[in-house]
Amino acid sequence: MIQCKTSKEIGGMGHSVKRKEDDRFVHGKGTYVDDIQLKGMLFMDIARSPYAYAKIKNINKDLAMAVDGVLAVITGKDLEQYNLHWMPTLMSDTQMVLPTDTVMHQGQEVAAIIATSREAARDGREALVPGIEYEVMKPIVDPFKALDDDAPLLRPDKEGQKDNQAWHWEVGQKEETEKIFAEADVVVKEQMHIPRIHVASIETCGIVADYDKVQNHLTTHLTTQAPHAIRTVIALVAGHVGLTEEKIRVIAHDIGGGFGGKVPVFPGYVIAIAATFLIGKPVKWIEDRSDNLTNSFARDYHITAEMAGTKDGKILASRMKVLADHGYTDGAANPSKFPTGMFSIGTGSYDYKHAFMEADAIYTNKPPGGVAYRCSFRVTEAVHAIERITDRFALEIGKDPAELRSENFIKKEDFPWQSPTGWEYDSGDYQAGLDLAMKTVEYDKLRVEQKAKWKEGKLMGIGLSTFTEIVGAGPSKDFDILGIKMFDSAEIRVHPTGKAIARFGTKSQGQGHETTYAQIIAEELGIPSKDIQIEEGDTDPAPYGLGTYASRSTPTAGAAAAIAARKLRDKAKKIAAYLLEVSEDDLEWEPGKWFVKGAPEKAKTIQELVFAAYTNHPQGMEGGFEATHYYDPPNLTFPSGAYICVVDIDPDTFEIKVRRFVAIDDAGHIINPMVAQGQVHGGLTQGIAPAMYEEIIYDEDGNALNGTLMDYLVPTAVESPNWETGHTVTPSPHHPIGAKGIGESPTVGAPPAIANAIIDALRPYGITHLDIPITPYKVFKALKEKGVLDKDITGFEA
Amino acid sequence: MTKEITVTINGEEHTHEVESRTLLVHFIREIAELTGTHIGCDTSSCGACTILIDGKSAKSCTILAVQVNGKNVTTVEGLATTEGVHPIQEGFKENHGLHCGFCTSGMMMRCVELLENNPNPTEEEIRWGISGNLCRCTGYNNIVKAVQYAGAKLRGDELPSTEPVFVE
Ligand code: FES
Ligand code: FES
Repeated sequence: MIQCKTSKEIGGMGHSVKRKEDDRFVHGKGTYVDDIQLKGMLFMDIARSPYAYAKIKNINKDLAMAVDGVLAVITGKDLEQYNLHWMPTLMSDTQMVLPTDTVMHQGQEVAAIIATSREAARDGREALVPGIEYEVMKPIVDPFKALDDDAPLLRPDKEGQKDNQAWHWEVGQKEETEKIFAEADVVVKEQMHIPRIHVASIETCGIVADYDKVQNHLTTHLTTQAPHAIRTVIALVAGHVGLTEEKIRVIAHDIGGGFGGKVPVFPGYVIAIAATFLIGKPVKWIEDRSDNLTNSFARDYHITAEMAGTKDGKILASRMKVLADHGYTDGAANPSKFPTGMFSIGTGSYDYKHAFMEADAIYTNKPPGGVAYRCSFRVTEAVHAIERITDRFALEIGKDPAELRSENFIKKEDFPWQSPTGWEYDSGDYQAGLDLAMKTVEYDKLRVEQKAKWKEGKLMGIGLSTFTEIVGAGPSKDFDILGIKMFDSAEIRVHPTGKAIARFGTKSQGQGHETTYAQIIAEELGIPSKDIQIEEGDTDPAPYGLGTYASRSTPTAGAAAAIAARKLRDKAKKIAAYLLEVSEDDLEWEPGKWFVKGAPEKAKTIQELVFAAYTNHPQGMEGGFEATHYYDPPNLTFPSGAYICVVDIDPDTFEIKVRRFVAIDDAGHIINPMVAQGQVHGGLTQGIAPAMYEEIIYDEDGNALNGTLMDYLVPTAVESPNWETGHTVTPSPHHPIGAKGIGESPTVGAPPAIANAIIDALRPYGITHLDIPITPYKVFKALKEKGVLDKDITGFEA
Repeated sequence: MTKEITVTINGEEHTHEVESRTLLVHFIREIAELTGTHIGCDTSSCGACTILIDGKSAKSCTILAVQVNGKNVTTVEGLATTEGVHPIQEGFKENHGLHCGFCTSGMMMRCVELLENNPNPTEEEIRWGISGNLCRCTGYNNIVKAVQYAGAKLRGDELPSTEPVFVE
């Protein structure tokens, strides 16, 4: 049960306050980037490569320039004159803005067309495409072939680059782990692929870049989850042409979903900025859906996961080896010391002392990315691997997967807990979550039913996932992006009449910050949350911060809000002591007022105290009522969850039906149960998506075969089941409000629960693993391979 | 090729010379300057652009502006009246049926027609009824609740609770 410390009127933490942002959205009054119309605005379209790997022989710009309304065609050679043809990625790799000679993936930007209308820009593009001549080369599509001796060197532009390996990373106890594996009774191993997927937020990416030549000032209206960081990156890329950071304003208005896909800097942004800079008029570029789906990606990890243990079910060690297909450049957005992000959380919720993980990142002729898909930096990959291999271990020794998990859980009294890969888990009560989930689904009954169904030849499965997340990046000693430390900020100004505005370095893309941040401040200061206006996304007024992704907003900026509010509460106390003529020590706080201990009628409300800060404050005290805090977290937070999925598979069509899905999350203290639950629902649908439907498929020539929403299957309300959710509450001991972050847990935890359920249904036929997305056809094929079926179905390959 | 057309949007006549290839969604967003109708794809898949044409829901990215010459179009901006918000708007807000808001306009327009044709739909009917509209944020649970709530309100029935329900 969630306890509230404040009244409903104050609406602090724990109240399901209705969202403030919704009024504008339900009236169609949001402002998304494509809604921006500026006077004299030009439109940009982009011609893209039809080939995955090719030399550009010639670009005949005249073809486009002959089209009515086309004003300019920009190529890599044009940008090269300003040294703007390459840019750094957030991982300190390099990415082409536009190519001068070679294209590295299908769909790569080749030339930009600037015109007076959207249609003219499109006509220009259509005219230009036949005028681009290529010399086609054989691409590297399969990352396992990228290191072959005869593989071409894809990145000769990088000094010292001898092969197609981007980097190698490892962590853990290699030798001890090897020894345990050599001597263990039981060793299980599976090869898994976590496919290439795309966040597919319903709004694509876009920019309106507006350069004022007279004032030498750039304003960009941009779909970005990290406006401040992007401002700094623009200054780093374009500082040499005079666009220094004080001349740049990045504004992220309303964003139509982000999920990690709107963290990177995309070439389209930079080209539009270059175009407005050169032409002096605003330039709008809105990405097409197909371009959006095929120009960046999440995941694409090939993982060999292994677990060693005893016959009676004690886990002793785990080992994971990753081949990471990064496309032609590392375009991920991880903290710089963590090339695999938080993958090293992959020892999971289990108590064992030894693990070893390694990863090799590979260049291929595919789009760059590796960004998140509603996930804290590769946690989903890690959780999938550990939750799948744990199930595999249970299967091997013939133990119920719930029982095996319970026996191996890190116990609640063992926190803080040092993981073999170097993390200090802050808190957790994994058994409590699992108990609630099992009670809700009536686990034992389900197992009885399953046995009976199996006897009748029916396919029913039950899958578990008891995961630990790692979010809230992060402590400045270890966490930075391009050198910028990953703290975040809040600035609160309370007006004389007791109403407030607060600004943050983060940026909501639907998470509801305008409501939840106000609740945090209301909790600490007693000012009703409805009286507190929240602003984010505009780099001019807002304090610096690294943005919203990786479930970091509540752990970082949320903490900053609480601490800034506490500074103000302390100030209010001083004023109260002055007005009530008592010592500060004699005062006690109750949400919304300071009163004299033992004499509650002698009190001053927060509104009176704020007013006094402007009208009657003690001499010598700074006037006004404002506070700012930059919060540097001492540790990450470790949300956890226990998910159980029940599936039935049609024995004729192999259609997989999720009968029930129960998700119990532990995100510590919850700010707004309604909003938190909404995050869980949405995250679960983004969990079923890669588990059963989504994958961007490439043919051997590097063509993306399903780059539209017609064939890239984003779940509708029909595929998405009715989610049943609940929570346990284990507050983070180091976080000012005991919160942990919730937005991504469900996307992280759901895929293995679903995969485990489907594979559990197929257990009687000796099937031990299937890669996600698990489609009806994959199930059919697996059964066919096991000789279970005599019928044949074809035509569903890829 | 251009043609002069008159389209009534939310009760207001808009007469403009348009290229024959102009999509209705661009007419609505850029010529009528009603940007509540959104664009989320290029294959008629997402439903973010859903509006009503003479009361029937349609994806405005898939229709040419010239095709609705003389017709009545309703967009999200036309839902609320001087009396207040439409029950579907209230339903979405009260039940947390939206996160980023990008799908919401189209989703609500679709739901308006759904409830007109079927005032008391089952959960299954709601899910199939909105399956031409994608939402990437909400996981649909609360959209279903929002439609049930709006249905009850339109029928004059007692309103269902809007408190989130948790397993305990
Ligand atoms: S914009 Fe996607 S269906 Fe119309
Ligand atoms: S609320 Fe974001 S797409 Fe539906």
